[in-house]
Amino acid sequence: MSTPISTDICIIGAGPVGLFAVFEAGLLKLRCHVVDALPQPGGQLSEIYPKKPIYDIPGFPEILAGDLVDNLMKQIEPFQPTFTLGERVEQFQKLDDGSFQLFTTDGSEIHCKAVAIAGGLGSFEPRKPAVENLEQFEGGRGVHYMVRDPEHFRDKKIVIAGGGDSALDWTNFLANVASDVTLVHRGTTFRGAADSAEKVKTLAEAGKIKLVLNSNVTHLHGNGMLKEVTITGNDGQAETVPLDCFIPLFGLTPKLGPIGEWGLEIENDAVKVDTVDYSTSLPGVFAIGDINTYPGKLKLILCGFHEAALMCQGAFKYIFPDKKYTLKYTTVNGAPSM
Amino acid sequence: MQEDIRIYVEEAPGQRREIMAPTDMGLSLMELLKASGYDIMATCGGMALCATCHVEVLAGPALPEPEDAELDMLETLPVVHLGSRLSCQIRLTPRTDGLVVRLAPTGA
Repeated sequence: MSTPISTDICIIGAGPVGLFAVFEAGLLKLRCHVVDALPQPGGQLSEIYPKKPIYDIPGFPEILAGDLVDNLMKQIEPFQPTFTLGERVEQFQKLDDGSFQLFTTDGSEIHCKAVAIAGGLGSFEPRKPAVENLEQFEGGRGVHYMVRDPEHFRDKKIVIAGGGDSALDWTNFLANVASDVTLVHRGTTFRGAADSAEKVKTLAEAGKIKLVLNSNVTHLHGNGMLKEVTITGNDGQAETVPLDCFIPLFGLTPKLGPIGEWGLEIENDAVKVDTVDYSTSLPGVFAIGDINTYPGKLKLILCGFHEAALMCQGAFKYIFPDKKYTLKYTTVNGAPSM
Repeated sequence: MQEDIRIYVEEAPGQRREIMAPTDMGLSLMELLKASGYDIMATCGGMALCATCHVEVLAGPALPEPEDAELDMLETLPVVHLGSRLSCQIRLTPRTDGLVVRLAPTGA
């Protein structure tokens, strides 16, 4: 737990739209703190397609996603934004004076006068298989969707399900940690890295792990704690095996995440906004970019930039209801500074 | 001006809805399904990154082979079928006329 961060606007999401919001806020002399669950700025541009060219950024006939992020970081540098990266904003509270208090997964505390949600696709969360009573065994009762600390599985009997890279990698790794490892895969082939697939096969042939192909985990059993799972083959043959932990690893899928529980008006997994200033149903909270929805919404970076500019006007009015703001062009004011 | 093609969506066993689709707009099947009112998230917008547009191809003309990005994404899903595809990766062209698909349940 560190000392609370104090700022004018807390921007949730360090994608292109969140970053450009720092620039527009800076022109209004508003300071920004940016939080993102990913360890680096840029959102999906950095995480998913840094080497893909983008063709619809005004003024750039072609620009690589990663280069756009680098340029945005350079553009907002004069406004000295601060960052909390690798942490997700979990809790959210509006204080009596109209300001906000935010807490991240790692206990960082941010106090701000306005909130701008620029969360893009949301946060990437584990994809859950359709097994009936899965939820019943979440939260330390036997089902784990990721391996945070391999030591947790020391000398345990575990069943991993999945056929992607993470299922293969963790099977290989945990083979030396857990007492008993079974990998269940619905197919017969693995598309993951050839060497990890090869290693899994070698371990299975040596009897170090059990490899169950053409099968799925179909039922979980236990009273409070997970005790057994049923593995059903594609041929209908079922087998129930005792275990301590079940680890389904089916990749990540974008989810709205905690934002959906902050009492904001939500429509089709997006935050409803007023296009006058991209304000949400909660005064002082704004939403820009892919995370918002309104009639005619286009999920384009360039639209997000426009939304960021208008949002900052709204945030300025919310923070300083008595101040009058007049638009000044950057060509008139010269090089941006705080 | 190319002629419209027909795409069929199996909404229940034996119950197929016909959708007319233009082929001169570079539409993907995902975009057509979304525009036709189907509850498809398509969170990633068509980059084969989220698998929320997963469909099962039941019948129709042979489609171009899926690319690696699509196969990798399908591989991570808990449930796939013989004809599983990401609808965002299927371009609608005169050669996809008569395609029959079924939407995969949400989250699968």
